[in-house]
Amino acid sequence: MSAETAGSIPSTHTPNVRMLKFAEALFVPLVALLVSAVLFSLFLLIIGKSPVDFFSLVWTGGFGSSFSIQQSLQRSAPLILAGLAFAIPARIGLTIIGAEGALVLGGFAAAAIAIPLVTFGIPAPLTWLLMALIAMVTGGVWIGLAGWLRHYRGVNETISSLLLSYIAIAIMNFFVEGALRDPASANKPSTMPIGDAYRIGSIPGTDVHWGFAAGIVLAIALYILMSRTTFGFAARMTGGNVRAAQAQGLPVGLLIVSCCVIAGCCAGLAGFFEVAAIHGQANASLVAGYGFTGILIAFLARHNPLAVVPVAILFGAIAAAGGLVQRRMGMPDATVLVLQGIIFVVLLTSDTLYGRLKFFQPPVGGDRT
Amino acid sequence: MDNSIFIVLIAMLGGAIRVSTPFMFVALGECLTEKSGRINLGLEGNLVLGAMVAYAISFHTGNPWIGVLAAGGSGLILGALHGYICKLPKVNDIAVGIAIMSFGTGVAFFFGKPYIQPSAPRLNSIPLGDWTGNASLAQALQVNPLFFVGILLAVLMSWAFANTRWGLIVRMTGDSAASARAMGVSVDLVRFIATTIGGMLAGIGGSFLSLYYPGSWNQGLSSGQGLMAVALVIFARWDPIRCIWAALLFGAAGAIGPSLQSVGITQGYYFFNAAPYILTLFIMIASARSKGAAREAPGELSITK
Repeated sequence: MSAETAGSIPSTHTPNVRMLKFAEALFVPLVALLVSAVLFSLFLLIIGKSPVDFFSLVWTGGFGSSFSIQQSLQRSAPLILAGLAFAIPARIGLTIIGAEGALVLGGFAAAAIAIPLVTFGIPAPLTWLLMALIAMVTGGVWIGLAGWLRHYRGVNETISSLLLSYIAIAIMNFFVEGALRDPASANKPSTMPIGDAYRIGSIPGTDVHWGFAAGIVLAIALYILMSRTTFGFAARMTGGNVRAAQAQGLPVGLLIVSCCVIAGCCAGLAGFFEVAAIHGQANASLVAGYGFTGILIAFLARHNPLAVVPVAILFGAIAAAGGLVQRRMGMPDATVLVLQGIIFVVLLTSDTLYGRLKFFQPPVGGDRT
Repeated sequence: MDNSIFIVLIAMLGGAIRVSTPFMFVALGECLTEKSGRINLGLEGNLVLGAMVAYAISFHTGNPWIGVLAAGGSGLILGALHGYICKLPKVNDIAVGIAIMSFGTGVAFFFGKPYIQPSAPRLNSIPLGDWTGNASLAQALQVNPLFFVGILLAVLMSWAFANTRWGLIVRMTGDSAASARAMGVSVDLVRFIATTIGGMLAGIGGSFLSLYYPGSWNQGLSSGQGLMAVALVIFARWDPIRCIWAALLFGAAGAIGPSLQSVGITQGYYFFNAAPYILTLFIMIASARSKGAAREAPGELSITK
């Protein structure tokens, strides 16, 4: 991937230029969101529904009450983690689209390790810790493998991570429908449920599970890692130009594999929370497309870990409002998928505007990056 | 024992022929797109939308072939959208592909809701196995005409790439945009056309899913065939004829499970489903640094760099 998407290396920006860049990064997505809203309104008008009703319902269903806000935050938890799983390798110039597989395999590993732990009555906090660890290790190895293949074998990481995703899902199916199948799960093969006593609860005072808090903490930590540490600087430099980074003596291979392992840990953790907080067991419900939505979220956040959070919450809210729209307007639940699709397409198209709007460009002869 | 092996083999043959057709169309579509130097990860969206449109149109008109045409049309529109957006500067083709996939499936689910229940006229198959006098072999050799259309298309594409001016232009655009420009060829236009036609083929592949096998419309119809097309084309090393073999192989791997079930083995076949991906991954690892393999891959393609 090119240097624009990998983020620019901070140089001797004057504050003014920084402000302009920031304003541009805020302005372009907002315009794109507005255009998407207009396009979707046209779509609604064509099929004879009121856009005003729709958007007020989305607002009500996504942010209107404390209940709906909590629903939105809950839904955004896996999206934040999946978004981070794409954003971090993207900073080092890799396009890893296999977060789905790392999420599924991580969730499955967590559910599998939980079976003996629950049977022997290990205390819940220790069980969660072990489950989360094994999920992160599994996810980390899975995506790390794609990074390793990229650097040491020259295998394209986009395709290898996609293939690894399908292999991961097949591994889960193999065990879930075979050796680890709970005989009680007749219609939907699943692993043994971890039981209510071992479910991860909500953040006190809310209905939002701890995965959301983990997502926020990781987003902040990874932001600091990528923009305030030597590691992050080296990673972004590698993302800008691998050859130059190698010439500087940076351990490029180690950096690439590390970024991929971090990404896999994020995705695996998302899988852990899906199992421990939502499903209580591993089954095909883990393959919910979070990994792919995460890619788009990371693009909209321009691979900035902090920006991933609000974008993920926005899409969590749109998803949470789906049920309300379905009930009140008599429209299929796929309505929100159409809206999401339009937003994704328009926002990615708007990338072409960066650097083209005269207003946001530094004056000629000024500092350009 | 011999008998059950025979049953499994016949069921696999039939399964491979049935399951491979949508693979064939998305792979040929992706092959054409990638030959022109661009990647389209959004063919999954074309496939699902094509399946829905074909089913709906077949239901309303009573003629499944009109449904197939309409599916091609819907795929064409999505392909054109992808082609247009990707020619804008600074836009990432992989991300746009995934966005188009999410848009296409969203639209298909939205308009497809009323068509989950009703039954639409399906495509008929050609019984090629009646002469064998063996019921299960005859069953396996019930072949859909679209299968032959796919093979014909692959032969045509292979011939056109090698022998026509158009084929040369597409290959040149895919191998070196600079030389295409020097020859006065509009790179953007060639890629736009290739992506659009590729999208149309994927849409037709979708119509097979809803109108023949499995033969109904529902939201879980596609099991990711559109995304796998990318792996399949790499597996086939950008050769249309090899795409057919790869599609048959992928189809057979997918058919192992059901055919083992027919003789009472119900467990452990999930690794066979993953076999094509493991195989593709190993092929990629083995050929990543080989010069011979590099010659076959379009030089402009972002995923081969």
